[in-house]
Amino acid sequence: MDLRGKKITIHDMSLRDGMHSVRHQFTLDQMTAMSTAMDQAGVPMIEVTHGDGLGGSSLNYGYGLHTNEEWLDAVVPNMKQAKISALLLPGIGIVKDLERAVEHGISTVRVATHCTEADCSAQHIKAAVEMKLDTVGFLMMAHMVDEKKLVEEARKMVSYGATTIYATDSAGYLLPDMVGSRIAALKAEFGDEIELGFHGHNNLSMGVANSLSAIEAGATRIDASLAGFGAGSGNTATEVLVAVCNRMGIETGIDLDKIVDAAEDIALPIMGKPTRISRDSLTLGYAGVYSSFLLFARRAEAKYGIDARTLLVELGRRGMIGGQEDMIDDCAMEMAKAKGLI
Amino acid sequence: MKINCALIGSGNIGTDLMYKLKRSDILNPLWMVGIDPESDGLIRAQKDGMKTTSDGVDGLLPFIKEDGIKIAFDATSAYVHGENNRKLAELGVKVIDLTPAAIGPFCVPSVNMEQLLKDDVQNVNMVTCGGQATIPMVAAISSVQEVEYAEIIATAASKSAGPGTRANIDEFTETTKLGIEKIGGAKKGKAIIILNPAEPPLMMRDTVHCQTTETPDQDAIIKSVNDMVKEVQKFVPGYTLKNGPVFDGNKISIWLEVEGLGDYLPKYAGNLDIITAAATNIAEQMAHSIKAGV
Repeated sequence: MDLRGKKITIHDMSLRDGMHSVRHQFTLDQMTAMSTAMDQAGVPMIEVTHGDGLGGSSLNYGYGLHTNEEWLDAVVPNMKQAKISALLLPGIGIVKDLERAVEHGISTVRVATHCTEADCSAQHIKAAVEMKLDTVGFLMMAHMVDEKKLVEEARKMVSYGATTIYATDSAGYLLPDMVGSRIAALKAEFGDEIELGFHGHNNLSMGVANSLSAIEAGATRIDASLAGFGAGSGNTATEVLVAVCNRMGIETGIDLDKIVDAAEDIALPIMGKPTRISRDSLTLGYAGVYSSFLLFARRAEAKYGIDARTLLVELGRRGMIGGQEDMIDDCAMEMAKAKGLI
Repeated sequence: MKINCALIGSGNIGTDLMYKLKRSDILNPLWMVGIDPESDGLIRAQKDGMKTTSDGVDGLLPFIKEDGIKIAFDATSAYVHGENNRKLAELGVKVIDLTPAAIGPFCVPSVNMEQLLKDDVQNVNMVTCGGQATIPMVAAISSVQEVEYAEIIATAASKSAGPGTRANIDEFTETTKLGIEKIGGAKKGKAIIILNPAEPPLMMRDTVHCQTTETPDQDAIIKSVNDMVKEVQKFVPGYTLKNGPVFDGNKISIWLEVEGLGDYLPKYAGNLDIITAAATNIAEQMAHSIKAGV
């Protein structure tokens, strides 16, 4: 694979997807410390939102320790060069939430829908374009559709005004050739008019490999996070991706020593225990289940006595998608009743 | 003598409603109004002998008087409902709004229908499908004790959500939230909607979380919830309590499933039934009032 001379923009997820690892409990000091270190290392884009995006703070997904506005205020004023983004899932967050985030300094929004439901994003993408934001269409669980369908949905988001489209591997299920074919199909459709991105989860240890495959096929925005902080087995580790890019001659604009130190000295202590590929998070990737379900399944296991792995596989079999965390307890109770446990 | 009605909007909701109204012994669905002559709903209405127009509400207005239309159902979108309602109100038509526009007072039949009939309002809003499914549960709990916060998650099959619903996602969440507060009685509300594309399509599911101010009176809440489920089942037989109430501190969680009658879309689309059956319910009561008044 010869990727010499390619330029990519790494978009860091530690302060958004990483929220899932800590049940959305980042303190303001932690936000400031991680973002400042990344800014100094040259990370060009950083996402700052509750794990489930604007409006995500809830009984269903977990309350944030702070509001999105408080988190943004702990980050935005300290940035020397990094641009800040927010995530918005239509059905959870609304345009009013986006307007508030803009007042607090975001310049990019990523409007995320399940990979078959792009037409739920029209209101939000159009509003973002009107607010002159860098507007990204973020197609989640991209493993659940083929290339043709993914392109069809991406076309809708582009028609509303999105200028970047992501293939998002929310379940960490995709393998490198599957990522490559998806990005290539998008590239064939949009050429250089639309920027393409890839968001990976490391559930099958494919984070870096999948990112390279995406870059080879034409993606120029790649999501990653410090020490792999994120849902499930975490995202692609930013510092590892930067190291690999350096070796391969891909330009990221990020200082390797500084980003490695940020991961090791700042992010890791905050994480408590390192993100790793566990029995349960591997199952997410293997069965194609939304990575944020992990901690919910573990809690249901403790509560109802149903093995988290069995529960995750069953949720996958039932076709549960991102945002359906409420169905985890429901499914566990049903299984527990069938076994006579409750 | 039945009361003549018009259906505005020939999408999923309007078409399902058409079949429900045809069974009514007091309502006569006479007109179906659409904007696309090729729409499945308009074609079905025509086949069934209804009068139709594909010119929107303006195509109906000249016939309101001569056809004696007293009640209209608007299942278009929040964006056009205001204008539709203004035109119909001028002609003395009562309007049942199935969009999330929420111009008129909210109507959740098992909770507040009697009051609305007493007030003889011109326009009622049916909140949203998620609201119809969950607000009765919030009301059941808040009738026992104060609910500080209520949050609902409504999940519908992708195939059951037409373009109107999809274009109105924000209105859906905001209108449902307001309904949870105003009719459900929670001090603060939140609504989340998910569209799931699984094949075969999944049954509509609704989850309700309530946070009470004081320690929950478990026995009273369980009784109130079960009684309310029976109330809703009177017009939506497939409304079932799947799990709960589960008590966790001051948090009470309820998991519901809504199976439809399969009038238009198959039975998984309980999200259609829960709102069209509620709309039929209030319209029938209005029709009785109109007849009594004549």
